[in-house]
Amino acid sequence: MTSAAVSVRGLTRRFGEVVAVEGLSFEVKTGELFGIVGPDGAGKTTTLRMLAGVMRPSGGDALIRGRSVVSEPEAVKPHIAYMSQRFGLYEDLTVGENIAFYAELYEVPRSVLPGRLERLYEFSQLAPFEGRLAGDLSGGMKQKLGLCCALVHEPDVLLLDEPTFGVDPISRRDLWLIVHDMVARGTTVIVSTAYMEEAERCDRVALMNRGRLVGLDHPRRLHEGLGGEVISVRVSEPRRAVEWLAGVPHVRSAALLGDSMRIMLGDGEEAWSSVRTSLEEQGIAVLEAAPARPSLEDVFVELVERERSGKNPERSGND
Amino acid sequence: MAVSVVRVRHLVRKELKQLLRDPRSRPILFVLPLVQLVLFGYAVNTDVRHIRTAALDHDGTSASRELLEAFAASGYFDIVERPQRPSDIVRSLDRGRVMLGIEIPVGFARDLDAGRGVSIQLLVDGSDSNTATVAGGYALGVVTAFTIQRSGEAGAASRGLVLDARAWFNPSFESRMYNVPAVIGALLMLICLLLTSFSVVREREIGTLDQLRVSPITSTELILGKTIPVMWVGVLDLALITVIATTWFSVPLRGSLVVLAAGGFLFILCGLSIGLLISTVSRTQQEAFLTMYMVFLPALIFSGFFFPIESMPSIFQWISYANPMRYFLEIVRALFLKGAGLAELYPQFAVLAAMAVTGIGLAIRRFERSVA
Repeated sequence: MTSAAVSVRGLTRRFGEVVAVEGLSFEVKTGELFGIVGPDGAGKTTTLRMLAGVMRPSGGDALIRGRSVVSEPEAVKPHIAYMSQRFGLYEDLTVGENIAFYAELYEVPRSVLPGRLERLYEFSQLAPFEGRLAGDLSGGMKQKLGLCCALVHEPDVLLLDEPTFGVDPISRRDLWLIVHDMVARGTTVIVSTAYMEEAERCDRVALMNRGRLVGLDHPRRLHEGLGGEVISVRVSEPRRAVEWLAGVPHVRSAALLGDSMRIMLGDGEEAWSSVRTSLEEQGIAVLEAAPARPSLEDVFVELVERERSGKNPERSGND
Repeated sequence: MAVSVVRVRHLVRKELKQLLRDPRSRPILFVLPLVQLVLFGYAVNTDVRHIRTAALDHDGTSASRELLEAFAASGYFDIVERPQRPSDIVRSLDRGRVMLGIEIPVGFARDLDAGRGVSIQLLVDGSDSNTATVAGGYALGVVTAFTIQRSGEAGAASRGLVLDARAWFNPSFESRMYNVPAVIGALLMLICLLLTSFSVVREREIGTLDQLRVSPITSTELILGKTIPVMWVGVLDLALITVIATTWFSVPLRGSLVVLAAGGFLFILCGLSIGLLISTVSRTQQEAFLTMYMVFLPALIFSGFFFPIESMPSIFQWISYANPMRYFLEIVRALFLKGAGLAELYPQFAVLAAMAVTGIGLAIRRFERSVA
């Protein structure tokens, strides 16, 4: 028995020749908000589906509250909730009927149901639509209803697969409010997302790429772990500058962002001054330069870059 | 395996709610069986009546007129043409204006009274072989009855050898008596397949199947939750169709209602387990629909619904042994018309029961495997 709510051990899933998830290992503490971040095809969905018990791993195992999803899925099921990208709603049933059906599936006692419904309706603001068919709801409301259905049995572990995918900003905010509330009440949440700014809300994030873990830490510490710094620069000829910088020492990466440039620098006190000199020698004027907070996106790009080139100091340090 | 009765009940309630709410499935439940029964009841009718007939009477005596009246009075023949020359009959047959031609020779009455052998000519359009055979048979019947009646009046001592065939169970050879009970089988199968083929695959498509799989519900509970509502609909439809068959179509129900209900129940289980198998195997609803079609049509053809199994090549007869509809049609036909009971029908019941149990078991197993 482990104290972790979720313990993933060498989880692997192959589809024929393709390895969707390879040797994934991490632990999630009880009450933690844990993010899984990565581009499409990174293996986020496959990982969550294996944790939810709807897909069998090709290798490895995952323990949820100390019970194996491989050998005792029935023992795991009552304690988890899984919400896929498109939560399956019965569109020919009303909002109320959908929630009631999921409550019945999990045999939620009648005595506690009214209280839970009230809370779920309050958060989701779906109360006025209780009698409406789920098929007549907007995309964002459907997703909120899905979350209500998933939460009605008060799971210990909530698995959310890109819950805000294609959802309008207001519903997205509502969804996160519900998630934060669940975490505050002690629920362990594992959420996958392709939005970096959402990942920054998490206590810890696992960065995945091509089925492998490329980084795992608090979002802030991941930034710090980068070592270098990020500078936001406005120059006279941004396009030419980006091209030129690709070959300049101390520059890890440079990218255009609107009318400014984000340059990620390597270690060293004089990194920026030498890069600046190099730009000016090219006749590119530096109009403005300010240190910027590295985003998870920067971290991600950097970590993937390191993984590709074979050196990976962050990974061994944080795992 | 432990089955939570509460969960199954909730699932059943949800399924019923969806069935009754869906504007597409609602008519399937009760309207479709009624419409089909009435359509089949009238259309699947091999009786031959009002055969258009041309009659040429060379004799013109009261005896010859009596014979023609006997033809008309039988109800099977309508004498629509009275040509003057034999060639006119041929022309009418060629043009399809009539199906049958009758030619009575000169001296018909005289020879008949004298007790001499006499013959009349029948010309039948044989291009529709079934109708031609039936028409010929009816004509022979009319002539035989006429002969017996005449010889009785004449008090003739010898009537020779007369075949006096009597048909049991369906004395008037009405095909409806034979076909309407069979329609019950075809309809029950169709309804079961329609309602179950999509039930699992639909949930797979809309994504609710994943949610069910994450929940503590077991495969057995899920399959039970899917089958019980359809079973109820099937039983209700069986009752509905039986009432219409016996009242509107006046098909006699000579056997026991309980035996009919038991047979229907087993057959419904077979039908919906086939539907569930289709549903668990299919990836999309279109696939399920096509598979259902590919299953229903052969099931209908190799059941003895349209064509007698005995006249099929032996390989198809063998195939029909795997067809639950074959056994159910044997049951309903024997039950309605002959009043057969379990004592006669137990082999069919045994096969249906075995098929039902195997089918449901396979559906559950197959569903469990599709989870992986």
